[in-house]
Amino acid sequence: MSDPLVPRHGQPKARLMQGNVAIAEGALAAGLGFFAAYPITPANEIATVLSRALPRRGGVFIQMEDEIASLSAVIGASFGRLKAATATSGPGFSLMQESIGYAAAVEIPCVIIDVQRAGPSTGMPGAPAQGDVMQARWGTHGDHPIIVLSPSYVREAYELTIHAFNLSEEYRTPVILLTDEVLGRMSERVELPLPQVQVQQRHHPEVPPEWYFPFDNEAGDVPPLISFGHGYRYHVTGLYHDKAGFPTGRKDEIDDWQDRLFRKIDNNVERIARIEMEEMDDAEAAIVAYGSTARGARHAMKEARQQGKAVGLVRLVTLWPFHYAAMASIGRSVRRLIVAEMNRGQMLGEVERAVKGEAQVVGVNRTDGEMISPSQLLEALE
Amino acid sequence: MKKKAAIPEHDYLRTHKRFPSVWCPGCGIGTVLGAIIRAVQALNLSKDEVALLSGIGCTGRMPVYVDFNTMHTTHGRALAFATGLKLARPDMEIIVVMGDGDALAIGGNHFIHAARRNVELTAIVVNNRIYGMTGGQVSPTTPTGERGLTAPFGQIEQAFDIARMAEAAGASFVARSTTYHAMELDRLIARGIEKRGFSVIEVLTQCPVSYGELNQAGDAVEMLKWFRDNTTPVGDRAAPGKIPRGVLVDRELPGYVETYQKLIASARKRARA
Repeated sequence: MSDPLVPRHGQPKARLMQGNVAIAEGALAAGLGFFAAYPITPANEIATVLSRALPRRGGVFIQMEDEIASLSAVIGASFGRLKAATATSGPGFSLMQESIGYAAAVEIPCVIIDVQRAGPSTGMPGAPAQGDVMQARWGTHGDHPIIVLSPSYVREAYELTIHAFNLSEEYRTPVILLTDEVLGRMSERVELPLPQVQVQQRHHPEVPPEWYFPFDNEAGDVPPLISFGHGYRYHVTGLYHDKAGFPTGRKDEIDDWQDRLFRKIDNNVERIARIEMEEMDDAEAAIVAYGSTARGARHAMKEARQQGKAVGLVRLVTLWPFHYAAMASIGRSVRRLIVAEMNRGQMLGEVERAVKGEAQVVGVNRTDGEMISPSQLLEALE
Repeated sequence: MKKKAAIPEHDYLRTHKRFPSVWCPGCGIGTVLGAIIRAVQALNLSKDEVALLSGIGCTGRMPVYVDFNTMHTTHGRALAFATGLKLARPDMEIIVVMGDGDALAIGGNHFIHAARRNVELTAIVVNNRIYGMTGGQVSPTTPTGERGLTAPFGQIEQAFDIARMAEAAGASFVARSTTYHAMELDRLIARGIEKRGFSVIEVLTQCPVSYGELNQAGDAVEMLKWFRDNTTPVGDRAAPGKIPRGVLVDRELPGYVETYQKLIASARKRARA
């Protein structure tokens, strides 16, 4: 029997698909070769789909003993040249922070999917939240760059999963796909396969092994990475390291490496950070939202427009790196920004930092496991 | 022809800039590294096909000195990293070196599950019975009554028996030796690498600076003599109470990666059908 979950090539076909399944499908379309995870609500469907689909394509699924091991195995597999990912929710995401820091430090491509649920601690496993926005940015110890994407629609979950793999290969960095319980477990119409899917492959070195340095600042901001066992023997460590990967205490080497680590993301904010704007040309107020919250926000914006109010929508597709310049110019174009999020104002602070008082910034927040309703937002727009 | 090094191990070391090592005078970890290199040599493995992974601690620093594919991972997680790498590259020989605290305290769960899955890895536990790098705290293998920085009145907990735990968890191959018995260690590591499935080699190793001083165990030579006098080959009935050395478990069990590859083959066949 053929597997209905494995996407077929050819004509796009419409179907009803769950958000978590779309993520699994997107990962397969991106060339996923290895997936390791530990059971957790509300992310389980991703592992369920991949445990069946991966071996059928010659890939590997493994259920690890915990989330720390899951991401560790993912990193190991990525050094073995497989595109690798894991999926979890808040409590497991907390455990993964250690390995996220390692992945950022050794610049190894991998994708971490966090289907957010209400928290802290065990919280409400079956209820949505967006409380991991700052954990995704700063959860691991020490300064490090990161890319975090947040889909609002099932189709977008599919597309952004592919994009997450592409970015992780392009910038040699862990990429976090931050979704939530509502988007993860809701079903929506999607047409797959997408007409044009670009898949980014890893940049391999063109130099012979004796000239190869996996962390060479002179090889560009994203030095090519060759996997283990191809004749390019090198060292990998979470310690501060030199261009060859060996531990170093030399300030010049550390500075150069850290500068490059940040530069590779900071210099490409324009390319990485996606912000989608709707009805912003004449807007006097705008709702800033992301993830499933943006769905209700869009509804509220449309309703406000019907009432004759000049309201627009700013949807953050990329959460990190945060596009401060774009948000600053949005702030100059409106009088009021309503930042809607299922947390106590984690992105609100970033919007304020960007807007610098040019517009009034108001948070609409909720952490009781319920979504922010359009009427709540319309009230805030009064 | 390239000139052969006077000491054959030198061909495998990253001698150009990685020495002197971080290890204290008298440390036994270098002996274990020598044994790993000699085992790899004896098996005629190329440097390219060997990966050496480690966790954190004194033993965690071992891979930096040797010219394999090397990865110094996070504390306790080396076996999880190695599981992912082995599944991606079943053709590579992956050796994982860990200290006792690394493998059995913070990494205890990963150790048990790597053994349970019987992943085709060679796990070498350098057991000096103490946390050396952080100054001498007690570890899960510190014998009851012995001292550590964090057990000034003596360890009141029981010590793990690494070999019995590995056996109970499902490892294919379990062996024990010491840094005194270096040639025996070479052979045991080679057998561990050759064995399909999860292999565990526990190496009793002297830490004269942390363990030795805190427990008045003498210098490195004294500690090595202790290994000589208090261990005995497996099955030696004449010396009850001594720590057995040699191959403790050698059994045929399906390896995880081999089994997974069979699963892939049958899943693909069914998908095509």
